Amino acid sequence: MEFLSFLIKRVLWSVLVLVGLSMVIFVIARVVPGDPARMALGPRATPEQVATMQAELGLDQPILQQYALFIEGLTRGDLGKSLLTERPVNDDIRETFAATFELVLCTMILAMGFGVPLGMIAAYWKDKWPDTAVRFFAIFAAVTPSFFLALLLQILAGYVLHLLPTTGRLPNSMEFEASWTGLLLIDSLISGRLDVFGEALRHLLLPALALAAATMGQMARLTRASMIDVSRQDYIEAARAFGIPEWLRVTKYMLRPSFVPPLTIMGLEFASLIGGAFVVEMVFAWPGMAAYGIRTILQKDLNAVMGVVMVSGVFFVLVNLAIDVLVGFVDPRVRIRGRR
Amino acid sequence: MSALLSVRDLSVDFTTYGQTHQVLHGVSLDVPAHAQIALVGESGSGKTVTMKAIMGLLRQPPAHIRSGQIFYDGRDLLTLADNERLALRGTAMSMVFQDPMSSLNPVFTIADQMGTILKYADRRLGRSRSARDRMARVHEVLAQVRMRDPERISASYPIMLSGGMRQRVLIAMALLSEPALLIADEPGTALDVTTQAQILRLLKDLVTQRGLALLMITHNLGVVRETSSYVYVMNKGRVVEQAETATLFANPQSDYTKSLIAAVPRLTGGTRYGTVTP
Repeated sequence: MEFLSFLIKRVLWSVLVLVGLSMVIFVIARVVPGDPARMALGPRATPEQVATMQAELGLDQPILQQYALFIEGLTRGDLGKSLLTERPVNDDIRETFAATFELVLCTMILAMGFGVPLGMIAAYWKDKWPDTAVRFFAIFAAVTPSFFLALLLQILAGYVLHLLPTTGRLPNSMEFEASWTGLLLIDSLISGRLDVFGEALRHLLLPALALAAATMGQMARLTRASMIDVSRQDYIEAARAFGIPEWLRVTKYMLRPSFVPPLTIMGLEFASLIGGAFVVEMVFAWPGMAAYGIRTILQKDLNAVMGVVMVSGVFFVLVNLAIDVLVGFVDPRVRIRGRR
Repeated sequence: MSALLSVRDLSVDFTTYGQTHQVLHGVSLDVPAHAQIALVGESGSGKTVTMKAIMGLLRQPPAHIRSGQIFYDGRDLLTLADNERLALRGTAMSMVFQDPMSSLNPVFTIADQMGTILKYADRRLGRSRSARDRMARVHEVLAQVRMRDPERISASYPIMLSGGMRQRVLIAMALLSEPALLIADEPGTALDVTTQAQILRLLKDLVTQRGLALLMITHNLGVVRETSSYVYVMNKGRVVEQAETATLFANPQSDYTKSLIAAVPRLTGGTRYGTVTP
């Protein structure tokens, strides 16, 4: 019961955030200079043609009415037509977003899966060589730009060692339609295609690693600081005095209260990972939203830009909602305080 | 008479930032079985270090036990192997922690924390019991510290309990495996005086009923008078005076003890700084 009210509150907040986002992105899209109709039609279009196009896009109407139209479309799940591809923005995003989302999700799992244990190791051997090693790695990972790391990994693991594929999501020879979620890893399991799953994983590894490094370093540093902080708490000393074995103190009594800061930051990182993914996708020829997103921004393809931002925003909110629920699960103080 | 716990000539150094300081200078004290002993001193007098040395909780380094023995039941704890030492913790001797707000893990239920303590205490004692029996024991002990609804309390997270309730949980934790010696580190200091008085009363009752030995570590002479029959006064890492509690208050010998007693605020009459007139 207590969890339900906590959840409902978070969902309502999320809706509010999305309404705010829609306003901001709408205003920004209308304020930036340049006429979308003119840019879509090219320099040789006549003023009449431009006016017709503007009418078609609704750009001749008052701004509030334009916003109303935009919101009305959003509620129907219709993001309008792209000027660039002359197809519904929905279709364009549907084809590309799943690839980006899959990449970012795997990146988050990698960052957490390696960053948190590394942080634990560093905290446990604080000021000893494992700590120094982890901290050096964390700084190195955090300051290396992802595009550079992407190139490095591509050259090393791909061209030199021939360990992993360096481009795309699947080999060209492989036929597979990801028709349920668009996420290859999940859809291949649903349809029982283990070969596809394996290949998809192999293709994912390098781009995900390139994208994950910085966040992984940050997770390691956060976990380390948080664990050291918790290790000084009275309740850890009390657990020692009551004869709780050390491995249990570290993996349970210390880890769980230390887990909230890295988890929360992970959710916030989602947005910058989407941004970072654009660069990594370029290097690995990953068929994600990157190329599309960048082209639409350069072309001032309003509907598409707003669509890309809104979809990213919705997923940002969803990921953070999931993380809020996880945080509430990890730390009862959050959900109990939330109730009061 | 041979004591249950006997600290002999204990000296401890601390090394921090390359400098070594001796914090205990040949401390000796005895806790006979079933006796209620107090160790009193101001902050920094060495009482907590003494307690940690007894419990085996000193971190070495920075601490270093320079000399001395700590006998428990005739065995010198300082010569025991780590696992033998660990085996006594929480089972032969238990600690009641001082701060109920920070001594319970905030993210696990009381049942989880107490159950885990019991599970590993059982294991050290070579016993085993089912999870259900463990919960029964947890509820039993919670009832013994006069909690009205043990099932509800044990299902709670610490944040859902008041300070007094948490302090009772801490006492219950110490009692789980029926230790012979209870070391109480200023229990209730963090609570309001009424609750603290209740906690001390409860602790005293439990100790008397079960015939436990109690080592009460405190800076509060009022607590000493309430809870102990014999008292050691510590100052600057040394035991400066030891006496029957009644004798100590009636006829303090050392200057330090006299100044401690003089520093206790009175409701009537004056202090050595003059008379308080309402």
